[in-house]
Amino acid sequence: MGWTMPDPARERILGRLRGSPRCASPASDFAVMARKTWPAAERYPRLRRLMEAVKTEFLEATEDGWPATVRSFLVSQGLKTLLYGPETPAGRRLAQSWPSGEGPRLVAYDRPIEQTKEQLFNEMDAGFTTTRGGIAETGGLIVWPSPEEPRLMSLVPPVHLALLSTDAIYDTFWDALRSQGWAAGMPPNALLISGPSKTADIEQTLAYGVHGPKRLVVVAVGR
Amino acid sequence: MSETGPAPAFRPAAAEALKNPQLRANFRRAMDGLMAKRAALFSDPVEWRDLRALGAAIRARTLARLPELLETLEKNCAANGIHVRWAETTGEANAIVLEILKKHGATRVVKGKSMVSEEMHLNDFLEERGIESLESDLGEYIIQLDGETPSHIIMPAIHKNKQQIAKLFGKKIREAKYTEDVDELTAIARRVLRKKFFEADAGISGVNFAVAETGTLCLVENEGNGRMSTHVPSVHIALMGIEKVVEKLEDVPPLYSLLTRSATGQVISTYFNMITGPRGPGEKDGPTEVHLVILDNERSRIFSDAELSATLRCIRCGACMNHCPVYTRIGGHAYQAVYPGPIGKILTPQTEGVARRHELVHASSLCGACVEACPVQIPIVELLVRLRREATHKEPGSTVLQAGEGRNRLEDAAWFFWEAAHRHPSLYRLMGFLATRLRRFLPSRLPVLSAWTWGSGGPQGPPPGSRLRATPRPAARTLHELARKDGVDDA
Repeated sequence: MGWTMPDPARERILGRLRGSPRCASPASDFAVMARKTWPAAERYPRLRRLMEAVKTEFLEATEDGWPATVRSFLVSQGLKTLLYGPETPAGRRLAQSWPSGEGPRLVAYDRPIEQTKEQLFNEMDAGFTTTRGGIAETGGLIVWPSPEEPRLMSLVPPVHLALLSTDAIYDTFWDALRSQGWAAGMPPNALLISGPSKTADIEQTLAYGVHGPKRLVVVAVGR
Repeated sequence: MSETGPAPAFRPAAAEALKNPQLRANFRRAMDGLMAKRAALFSDPVEWRDLRALGAAIRARTLARLPELLETLEKNCAANGIHVRWAETTGEANAIVLEILKKHGATRVVKGKSMVSEEMHLNDFLEERGIESLESDLGEYIIQLDGETPSHIIMPAIHKNKQQIAKLFGKKIREAKYTEDVDELTAIARRVLRKKFFEADAGISGVNFAVAETGTLCLVENEGNGRMSTHVPSVHIALMGIEKVVEKLEDVPPLYSLLTRSATGQVISTYFNMITGPRGPGEKDGPTEVHLVILDNERSRIFSDAELSATLRCIRCGACMNHCPVYTRIGGHAYQAVYPGPIGKILTPQTEGVARRHELVHASSLCGACVEACPVQIPIVELLVRLRREATHKEPGSTVLQAGEGRNRLEDAAWFFWEAAHRHPSLYRLMGFLATRLRRFLPSRLPVLSAWTWGSGGPQGPPPGSRLRATPRPAARTLHELARKDGVDDA
């Protein structure tokens, strides 16, 4: 991988950089990040307030009841298909508790995109993913796509439902990536998502649902 | 740099922009809004002070170790399966992108926003070779439809109002009916571009931060078009300047926080997309190949000067433009450069030549509003003054492109006479005598002064050709004469 033959452009660029005087390197004082903390009880309400300000919707549910909450939301919104990852614990819960028969249908994302692209772009009303927590300072969900929960589930369907444990809210992005040890091994794709897709490119006027999901619905599960 | 041909003329373009009331209103409204939103998010002065000190320190530390960090980035990207290529010039970078696309037989490309691709004029390059290169950021899409370039690095279509965009969509998009409703205009773009994302053979993006420690490419966006461009097509090509690297993953959160707050007044963007590799084993989507093109384009020249290298701290937030009294009045296009506003005034003369673009370093009142707003403390005013000096007098050991070549004959002649008059008292006295005795014969229009004394026509100003100020007239007697008359012996 990478370059196998000597790359003259690379050598010339790095040669010029190595031959230049270096500027001073002052110490980086991260105290300003470290002092941003909130009591555990305030983190979820803060995240919710900040994310609602950018049009994220919240459904609050219990550990036992969240699959039913998801289903009744789909029913009430007239959403007929939900894309999900059948191999995650949450996906298994969803499948086990999903009644057969009438009503919204679960669709497993279990084949490569090359075989499912048409269906993904044209037939999915909503996508369901788990999260690795949230960010209290700014609002935002930590989403790590994986073989079990591919990248496009949280992007292509018009509605994204994300399962969030209210216990897993970190003070800051900085706190989250240090606490979870991200630097030791990043997945091929990791995301922060703070709301539905939006733009202000026309006259600074905010419009939601431009290229990504039109709605982001957090399914918040507390104790 | 591919910028050849006659140097763009800034003055007439700026004068023209000042006469356009629609343009001025569009920018005024947008910049006022952006400044207010940013100010609201930096309302804690202690946090602002400490966070920007941290941001500046992180960027300075990065630059102090730049060659080593680029090698670490390359090594870690390669280990993650990202192919890394290097380009000294924009021409080389274009050739690399073309080679990758050709290898895959790609004819339809979707693009996320990338200022480096603007430096490369990549869209034109690919279109000329039969490859459709479609901008997918809404603002970029709008200006591409109209054959324009960005007028702002964050809000590329900020110079247009919704009526202009409505007309453009009505004319250029077959299925679009005329509407001035922003939600409907956005929905039209969504419909058109969804199809393009679906069909695209390859995606191209920029990079906001490239993390050396983990080999991760970070992209900041709100629309989801960046994710569409980097997740859906089977090939992803990311473009970055050599300065975009940061050392550690933990360096990212403070810079990201400074970036979104400074740029658009958001506490966080909708998406923060961290790409550390192509589709992994067992993954069902994501590109099967990811390429990273690292572009120099004169940055290593800027790097070679210990003072000017501060230019490379920039995180491309655009706050300097939003706060610039010059930019707000003339808009982005008058600069005729990829990067307009204060950062462009220090960057463009360094990449294209300080003689070729010497007008830009003078297109500032040195008020320092940009310096106050800059989240990484780039001393823009000091660098402008340094470049003004370099344009006419090459400093010892200077590596500035075209240093000392920006002299003009009128200025040279004026300084020659000024120097002579101050070296020869008799000449000085003669000039004083002539100026005081011949004052009545001064014409009412002087070539250099007329821009100050006569109106040139603007939306709020007096009509062209009307007098604004009296032509200054020398006194009847020189100061020396007056002093002697009052009994000062040695005057």
